[in-house]
Amino acid sequence: MNILAIRSRKTFDLPLKDRLFDRLSAQSTGKTVVRLVHSLVIPVLALAIFMGLWSVGARQVETSLGVFPGPVAVMQQAGALWEEYQSEQARKADFYQRLETRVDKARAAGMPEERIERMRSRDYTGHPTFISQVVTSLGTVASGFILASIIAIPLGILIGLSNTLYEAFNPIIQLFKPVSPLAWLPLVTMVVSSLYVSQDPMFSKSFLNSALTVTLCCLWPTIINTAVGVSGVSRDLINVSRVLRLNWFTKTTRIVLPSSTPMIFTGLRLSLGIGWMVLIAAEMLAQNPGLGKFVWDEFQNGSSESLSRIMVAVLVIGLVGFMLDRLMLMLQRAVSWDKSLVLR
Amino acid sequence: MTSHFVEVEGLAKRFPAPGKGEALTVFENASFGIDKGEFVCIIGHSGCGKSTILNILAGLDQASEGVVVMNGKEVAGPSLERGVVFQNYSLLPWRSTLRNITFAVQARWPRWSRDKVIEHSLRFLELVGLQGVEQRKPSQLSGGMRQRVSIARAFATQPQLLLMDEPFGALDALTRGMIQEELIRIWEETHQTVFMITHDVDEAILLADRILLMTNGPQARVAESVQVAIPRPRQRTDIIHHPDYYRIRNHLVISLVNRSKELSGSAVGSEPQVGKYPRVVDPTREPAADTDRTTCRQAAI
Repeated sequence: MNILAIRSRKTFDLPLKDRLFDRLSAQSTGKTVVRLVHSLVIPVLALAIFMGLWSVGARQVETSLGVFPGPVAVMQQAGALWEEYQSEQARKADFYQRLETRVDKARAAGMPEERIERMRSRDYTGHPTFISQVVTSLGTVASGFILASIIAIPLGILIGLSNTLYEAFNPIIQLFKPVSPLAWLPLVTMVVSSLYVSQDPMFSKSFLNSALTVTLCCLWPTIINTAVGVSGVSRDLINVSRVLRLNWFTKTTRIVLPSSTPMIFTGLRLSLGIGWMVLIAAEMLAQNPGLGKFVWDEFQNGSSESLSRIMVAVLVIGLVGFMLDRLMLMLQRAVSWDKSLVLR
Repeated sequence: MTSHFVEVEGLAKRFPAPGKGEALTVFENASFGIDKGEFVCIIGHSGCGKSTILNILAGLDQASEGVVVMNGKEVAGPSLERGVVFQNYSLLPWRSTLRNITFAVQARWPRWSRDKVIEHSLRFLELVGLQGVEQRKPSQLSGGMRQRVSIARAFATQPQLLLMDEPFGALDALTRGMIQEELIRIWEETHQTVFMITHDVDEAILLADRILLMTNGPQARVAESVQVAIPRPRQRTDIIHHPDYYRIRNHLVISLVNRSKELSGSAVGSEPQVGKYPRVVDPTREPAADTDRTTCRQAAI
């Protein structure tokens, strides 16, 4: 900053200009500091204050399961959950190791191949750990969300393109949109158990229940936003497609769809957020495997560590939800043509 | 009457009034012809229905009365034989400059090979003086460049009639001048038939063979067809020195400022229209009575 000022004095010998340069460079360094404060210092500070309040506040709350967990207890339980997962993994590896040696022995003893196959088909049946519950939940939410998107995006496009369809679907959408997903859950459970009857099911019923409940909630924001995006395609672009005599399909895929991608993604992000929240509740209520079941089991378990473990789950649920949202945002950035779009 | 390449006959646009009131007539009895290779501009105040006429010619809008016949066939909808340059460019923002043009070229000639489409598109990008920005998105171009892409897109489909809706309306004066010159050059190379809306009298004189003057709406009419008998090739800097330039300009400005009101539909009686076509005017052959200095100065304001 000083160097700049000196050099400019030499070159121009104009005090006014010097001062201007000084001001400008001072402003730019000031800006960097401000940006640093905004992006780093403030969030870290806020987090520290939050931790402090949590720690102090938690100590004041005495429950029947002991003192409400503070950050330290939660950290400990997070470590414990990770260790449980590690040891469970080791046990699982052991199980398969033993199975292999038994299979080898049996083969050496000349056991028929079909019996060996039957031996092999036995899966490990350890109890699900926290990590495996997280994985289950992620898989369920992804399936439900993808199914919903496959239905909602084309439907939204059709509704957005046609006034008649819009008028036909609008009351139905408006009616179902505000319904709490948990009201669907008993219905979904009954329908799945009566319709999905198979000797060798590809998916477990509990998975279908959770996934379909997620689907039912993910449909609406995507349909609505897609329809709004599609019907809001600029009149000029539609005129371009008319002047170029594009057929319906080309018009839809080349003009309508790209120009409504930002809105479609807004809908998808909303849907995924709702879906993730709904899934946890559905798992709790229906005892379907997943994070929700973990929370519920710990609650029923009622040990002195339960609250800390639930708190770990709460934080992980938040973290996963945040990461899912970021993932959608990244996808939106990659796909969207409007790079100037402010994405939050 | 010899038949023109494009015949516009008795065009009218009326909007039904809310309730049971009388329908609002934007314009009526609009009749004119456009010859092949002719550059026709239309000038009029906002609201007189210029854009509606252009949209009807394009087939994007429908007239309440009257017909448009091009090449002996009635215009009943959009066609690739009629290209349009829109006022706000209407480029596809997710496609690059080149791909915006190939998009139109492909729609025009679906059987062309990929290479041929690209080669053809590049040729027209070059024609409007755009090289090296083929891969840029419209958002990365200036307004002037965007409008050039839009013009290149329209020319690349080689329509029989090119319709331009105030193509330079959103550009600053310097850029506008540059693109006007580009347009003259392209027109001189291609002799494309053009129908263009403008608000700018100088632009109209520079570009057009003939200028249609519309009266004020509602109930607007195409009142005059003003010949621009200034020889081509024209240049922006030279044309203002042409002895006829100011006679034409003053005639246009006076008509727009003073006479458009008295020519408007509500006062049809004052200016009897002979036949269905607008009165043909050649200001260079008129007595210089109404172009004396005081009126000139008034008009220039």
